[in-house]
Amino acid sequence: MVRIMDKKTMPLTQLSQNRKARIVNLDGGHGFQRKLRVMGIREKQMITIVSRQPFRGPLTVTVGGCHLTLGKGMARKIIVEEL
Amino acid sequence: MKKIVLMGNPNVGKSVVFSRLTGVNVIVSNYPGTTVDFSKGKMKIDDETVEIIDAPGIYSLEPSNKAEKVAFEMLKEVDVVINVVNATNLERNLYLTLELLERDIPVIIALNLWDESKHLGIKIDEKKLEKLLGVPVVPTVALTGEGIKTLVSRIKETKVNEKIKPTSEEGRWIEIGSIINKVETIEHRHHTLKDRISDLTIRPLTGIPIAFGIIFVAFWIVRFIGENLIAYIFEPFFEGVYKPLVMELSNWLEPGLVHDFLIGQLIDGEIEFVESLGMLTTGVFVPIGMVLPYIFAFYLVLSLLEDSGYLPRLATLVDNVFHRLGMHGHGIVPMFLGLGCNVPGALSIRTLETRKQRFISATLLAIAIPCMAQLSMVFAIFSSSELGSGSWHYTPSSYIFLVFLTLIILYVIIGLILNKFTKGDNPEIFLEIPPYRRPSVKTVFKKTWMRVRWFLREAIPWLIFGVFVIGILSVTGVIDWIGVVFEPIMEGLFGLPGAVSIVLLTGFLRKDLAIGMLLALASTITFSPMQLVIVATILTIYFPCVATFAVLIKELGVKDMIKSAAIMVGTAAAVGIILRIILLGV
Repeated sequence: MVRIMDKKTMPLTQLSQNRKARIVNLDGGHGFQRKLRVMGIREKQMITIVSRQPFRGPLTVTVGGCHLTLGKGMARKIIVEEL
Repeated sequence: MKKIVLMGNPNVGKSVVFSRLTGVNVIVSNYPGTTVDFSKGKMKIDDETVEIIDAPGIYSLEPSNKAEKVAFEMLKEVDVVINVVNATNLERNLYLTLELLERDIPVIIALNLWDESKHLGIKIDEKKLEKLLGVPVVPTVALTGEGIKTLVSRIKETKVNEKIKPTSEEGRWIEIGSIINKVETIEHRHHTLKDRISDLTIRPLTGIPIAFGIIFVAFWIVRFIGENLIAYIFEPFFEGVYKPLVMELSNWLEPGLVHDFLIGQLIDGEIEFVESLGMLTTGVFVPIGMVLPYIFAFYLVLSLLEDSGYLPRLATLVDNVFHRLGMHGHGIVPMFLGLGCNVPGALSIRTLETRKQRFISATLLAIAIPCMAQLSMVFAIFSSSELGSGSWHYTPSSYIFLVFLTLIILYVIIGLILNKFTKGDNPEIFLEIPPYRRPSVKTVFKKTWMRVRWFLREAIPWLIFGVFVIGILSVTGVIDWIGVVFEPIMEGLFGLPGAVSIVLLTGFLRKDLAIGMLLALASTITFSPMQLVIVATILTIYFPCVATFAVLIKELGVKDMIKSAAIMVGTAAAVGIILRIILLGV
């Protein structure tokens, strides 16, 4: 899949802590995308990183008013645009 | 009887609503053919008794995991659905609501956490929402009981919705967007103290020290409650009321077979609750008088931690370590539950997603997590005056520390190895971190009681049976024979007297009963403290008790359980030999 990556579009893993971003795209299979969406991770939603655990550990994010912890592999498939 | 089911996302206070609606007679059952648990209770609506079912928390109705499948099946057999919705996060919760409304089933909506949403500056026009959805919507605060009466009185108004038509996933999100625009306004708000605490407890730099602090304090409280329960309730009862009664019975029975079975051996003409090994003495005292107070205290504190919302944060902090051991952060839950009694711990491994995660979690639980009975055993062995701690080189607590250190090292090493060699997936952590909430006293005690009941139901019958078996073996002389037969293995491999094999055999029935055996044994054979370290360690890792074993067979299946058991026995033997070489130096 070819995606146009401008400066501001990046995987969630590269977003700095406490910076606001908007989710632009979800990669991965249909089941995976659905799993994210029903938990609140959807296109056009605002997302912020609250904390990162060291040594490739999970991220905790705020999205749609709630906190979620997700593994780094999953975060890599969430494409965001920094605001 | 009419059936009403409670449905909603996880962490919306569904169980608290359930506690409010139902009385004390709540049954936790297993959904037929699955490993998903749900609670069932009864309540009265206008003199009619109805059954209330607390379905597992789910995010959507598309049956993609076990909990969702169960919820999906439940819908087919109920008359009314109470959809518990989190008012602080209406948008996401409405997805499940729409899916429910698309089905031909009467729905009523409890807009829970109503007070919290107001604090957060979220304003919801519940009347307009009711109009848009076409079913009753009742704001509730389950914790205080606000709105529950209205909810119950409006159950009869429920009807099959006519406004919401079935649509696609995308269609639902569009619908939700338009509903939210019409009913919800959010005022900007500042970071509250609660947010700040939440952030501090989940960021590694501050969160990890806080986690150590919380765990330390938690165990301190468990010990405090346990000791006081024993000192002020259990000991006065057993020494002051129960002992004279049993003594009376002992005098009346006169020495003989029946006396040996019921009362056991008198020591210096007195009943010694731990060592007498009779059904009415040791069989009753050890589980109730020694282990139960700590089990109760432990599950009380754990339920408080759970319901306050701390555990998901802890799971996030430890995910790193647990992911390398083949699980994810949630793996800490079976580990903690197992510290009380291994049975609830073994039952909770079903919350892990894949076979690999469950296999590793179960094996590690059985090997390296001592239950309260094992813990009290380790403490009892090393603090017993009969074992001559006066002549020991180190304080009893340093030997206890040695046992725990061995177990921690084992947990990590075996986890690393199993992760490498167990086939299957180890998916990443993905969980919601709910805001901190004041736990509901009612729910906490209900939860504690449910877990204590697991222990009582498993412990008492097996203990009495265990005492009975030992009675038969000793009367028939089989015990001495076993000691002689296993002498070469015990002596040769672990540097222990052959009679220890009887202690190990007893430990399979009940770990706490093994304390009695070991202490009784120690009055005839002298153990060195290092030998006791080896016995305590082997006794913890070699096999779970038979009750845990039965649960694990059910959870893992026979084939995996055989593999797991082989790992346990192999580990026990290897560790025993290694400890012998290090500690005894031969």
